This record gives sequence, C-alpha cells and structure tokens, in this order.
Amino acid sequence: MANLKTSEKKTKAQSMGMHTEVLTGKTQQKFFNPDEAENFFYWGTHKVDFNKRTELDVKDMDCKEANNKIDQLMGEGYGTIVIKNPQGKHSLGVGILNKLNLIFEGSLGYFGVGSIDGPIVTVNGRVGWSCAENMMAGKVVIEKNAGSCFGAAIRGGDLICKGSVGARTGIDQKGGSIIIGGDAGAFTGFMMQRGRIVVLGDVGINLGDSMYDGTIYIGGKIGSFGSDAVEAPMTKNDIEWLTRKLKVAEIGNNVDLSKMTKVVAGKKLWNYDALEPTEKKGAI
Amino acid sequence: MCGIAGLIHRGKSSNVGEELQNMLQALKHRGPDSTGYALYANNDGQNFIMRFKVGENVGEGSTSVNEDESVYDERKKLVDKKLSELGATIMKEEKLTPYSYRYEIKYGKDLMWFSQAIESIESVEILSIGKSLELIKDLGDAKEVSERYGLNKVQGTHGIGHARMATESGVDIKSAHPFWGYPFADVSVVHNGQLTNYWNNRRVLENKGMRFMSECDSELIAVFLAEKMRNGATLEEGMKQSLTGLDGVFTYFVATKDSLGMAKDTMAAKPLVLYESDDLVAMGSEEIAIRSILPQEIDTYDPFDGEVKVWQI
Repeated sequence: MANLKTSEKKTKAQSMGMHTEVLTGKTQQKFFNPDEAENFFYWGTHKVDFNKRTELDVKDMDCKEANNKIDQLMGEGYGTIVIKNPQGKHSLGVGILNKLNLIFEGSLGYFGVGSIDGPIVTVNGRVGWSCAENMMAGKVVIEKNAGSCFGAAIRGGDLICKGSVGARTGIDQKGGSIIIGGDAGAFTGFMMQRGRIVVLGDVGINLGDSMYDGTIYIGGKIGSFGSDAVEAPMTKNDIEWLTRKLKVAEIGNNVDLSKMTKVVAGKKLWNYDALEPTEKKGAI
Repeated sequence: MCGIAGLIHRGKSSNVGEELQNMLQALKHRGPDSTGYALYANNDGQNFIMRFKVGENVGEGSTSVNEDESVYDERKKLVDKKLSELGATIMKEEKLTPYSYRYEIKYGKDLMWFSQAIESIESVEILSIGKSLELIKDLGDAKEVSERYGLNKVQGTHGIGHARMATESGVDIKSAHPFWGYPFADVSVVHNGQLTNYWNNRRVLENKGMRFMSECDSELIAVFLAEKMRNGATLEEGMKQSLTGLDGVFTYFVATKDSLGMAKDTMAAKPLVLYESDDLVAMGSEEIAIRSILPQEIDTYDPFDGEVKVWQI
C-alpha cells in the first residue's frame, strides 16, 4: 500500500478538490476516478423512456418471475412501469440499477426494492421488513406504513414513509436520507454511520444506539437515547436542509422545525475518524 | 425461524379451520417441520374436549424412537381406566391417528389434578383440554396436518397456529406448537423467537407445581402465563408481565375461549404484521399469511416493541 501521508503525487480526484486531507488511518481507501465514472455502467442496465408506460399484473407470478418481467420491460425501453396486485410478495423490484419510474399499486412484503441504484419508486400500500435495503440512489416513497429495518444499510437516495415504521429504521445506514411521517419503533438509527434520519412523530427506546456518525431529527417524543447518542443544538443549516427535504417528501408542512430534537453521536471512534475524513464532513 | 398466524372474527363465526390452514401454508417456508392449530370451535360447550397423544409420529423427518403400535393401544386402555378412576365419563371418543385421540368427557373437578393423573401414564400427553379449544399438532405442513385431522371444515370464532422450524429441540409432536396453557381450559400459545432464561424460569415454575412436557423454550410462555393467571392476573396483565419476566426475542400469540392476544418483546426482534377491522383481526409473521385470506388491498402495520394487545370475540 502506498504511503499516502508522504506521497507528493496527487491523484486526479485530489487535484479536483474531492479529497483534500491526507489519510493517516489504517485504511485502503480507493479514490474516486472521474474518468472511470464517465465511462462506468452497470452490467445489465437499460436506457428507458419515462414516457413509455406499461402495466404488469403480478398476481399469479412469484417474485422471480415478476422481477424478470420488470427487467424485460425495461429492456424494451419502458420507463414507467405500474405493478398491479403485488399482494405482499417478497423481494419485488430489487436490483434495479437504472433510471425508472416504478409504481406499485398495493403492498410489498419483505426486502422490497432492495439494492437499487437510481429508480424512482412509489408504493401505494405498505411495505414489510427491510424495504430498500442497501439502496444506493434514487427515491422511494411509501404511502402507508413500513415494517422493521426500513432502509437498512442504505448508502444514498431519499427513502420516505408517510406512515409509521417498525424497529431499527436506518440500521447500519451509510448515507442518504430516511424520512418518516409518523412514528418509529425502537433502535432507530442503530449503528448508523452516515446520512440523516427524520422522524416527524415519536420514536421508541434506544434511539441512535451505537451510532458512529450521521444525524437524526425527531419531531415527537423520544422513548430513550441509546448508548453513544446525544442531543445537539439545531442550527440554521439543519432547518434549511429539513425544509428542503420535507418539501421533496411532500410531508410535514405544518411542523415547527425549530422544535425538533437533533441527535448525533456523542462518542469519538478513533479508527472511524481516521478513515474517511472528507466523506464524513460531506455527510454532516 | 418459525411462522405464526392468528385470527379472530368479532361477532360472528367462520370457517377458521380452512382460513388458518391457508395462512399457515403461506408461511410454510418459515417452518416445514411441524404444524399446529389451536381452533376455537362452535362446540356445544357441555363437555370438555380432551385431545391427547399416546405416542409420537415416527414418520419421515421425525426424531422420535419407533414404537410398536400395540404399545399405543395399551396406553389408551390405561387412560380409559384412569378416567374412570377420576370419575370422568367418556361421552364420545375418536381415534384420529394411531397415536392421537379426541375425547369428549364429562368432568367437573380440578383440571390440574386430573391432568397430572392422566399424564402419569408413560408417554401420554394431554395436548389440550377445553370446551371450545381443539388443539392439533403433528409433523408436516399445514395442508398435510389439516387433511390428516379433517380441519378445513371446522367452524369457529378464532384460532392461532404455528409452522415450526425445529432448532433447539426435536422434530416431534411434544415440541410442536401450540402449547396448551396447562392447567387452564381453552388456553393456548404459539411463539416465534428464542427465550434465553428458559431454565431459570422453568426451575422456579416447577417448584410452584407447574408442569413442562417438552424442552422447547416456547412452552415456557404457556406455563408462565398460566401461573400468573393461577395467581389472579388477567390474561393481559400476565402478558405484560411476560415482557420483563421472559428474556430473549419473541413474538407470541395467546388465545382463550373468547379472546386473542399478541405480545412483542422490547427489542422488536421478531416480525409481526397485523390487520385490524371492526369484524376481523388477522396477524402473522409475514403479510402473505394475511393476504391468503384477504386478497384485496388492505391496511396493515407492524406492532411496536413491547406492545401487548388483546381482542375479544
């Protein structure tokens, strides 16, 4: 591994100001390369036309058949796909790595729209456990309630539930935003590492337990703080960000943002602080 | 991982046998080893229904020791003799499998003493006693068990069921759910999760005269609640005490002759999806269980950590 601390040769990313700090930790960080990014594409992705719309009834399909059919429709260029009768089936709409307007007319089971990178998803019903797990980018809007582990380990994008969610929302969150219109259960933000969680209602016990970083905003009552989670003062930047995000989420018009409780990590983890300082600052 | 399901019709009866079969079959992937039903049927309420087994199902996948069926007949004769000694009258008897029976009996004394006397016979276990409770459990999936015992025509008000993946104890009927809330008539429990203070609680409860028939941690919930109720607690009070008295992760259902309840541990580590309307409550480990009886678009939710709910018929 190159000695980054003493190296005089800057990478292109550093020259562009994307990485200004010298690492001193024990990491093997790979710098973002803009040349590669321009030419980067996921295998198996599709160019779609949002104006090309179709409907798919998955009532008599299992999740594999339904997902294959969605992939086939994207391959045919459909950019807006309406899924009829999902009926609580598991793992629908997973692994979509291109732009797409995906609408579910009904409810999803476990692991719905997991590992996605880019699509805009609307679920007109409810979702089960681990919705949008490992989401990288895009926007997911749930019109009703969601189960536990909502947005587990998401890296980016906006994940919105207009109703209430279960326990461990945003567990292991590594980026992006999770916005909840109603209440959230225990262990919200458990082991959170980056990103933001907004809950307009109440939250259960052990909020932000073992969080490394990131920010949680709570509009209602807090059952209890978890280990390492502490309250921090709301700033003008917080209120500006919340105003912008809640507008995107189309909820919380009447909420007095200045009265929300801001929760952050109260403990410094040396290795974590040393690993990715620039990205950490960007996330906060 | 196990699957649990329950439903209660409020103000009416329905084909709960078939409904619960569909719900549990939808959860088969969570527990293929055994399936159990606790159905609250429209019986006349005159006599006790006693379901008991005199041996184990030793079919494919079973961890039980094979026994000659003649042993079962001998044990059944001993049960009949014991019932006579206890002053119980057999009004009707049905042999359901070589190892299990359903008796309608007339009996008016203490059920705890009665149960201890019957279960003093080697390998005999009372699966349930009640005036409306029909508790059936056996190896196989929901459909196989339902067909074996003719459950899909049972009319009633409510029921709970369990699809079991055996983890900490054997693949046998004695470890299968539901568990009867001995010694209370018409009380049953199903559980998804793991209890970590099983032995501590078991020793304490056994010293208080409670009985355990298996080494399945889930049985503790039934015994724990029964002991609380024996000391005057209501069902809901007992369930609330279980949130701190039981350590581990759990979602469980408990049913009595006129109610259905659910409890979820304070970590909310085990799944539960709930649908509630004016005339029906249906719940299960996964939404697809509810969808199997309510295919139309419905609103469901996950109960929160430490939540206890009880519904009446």
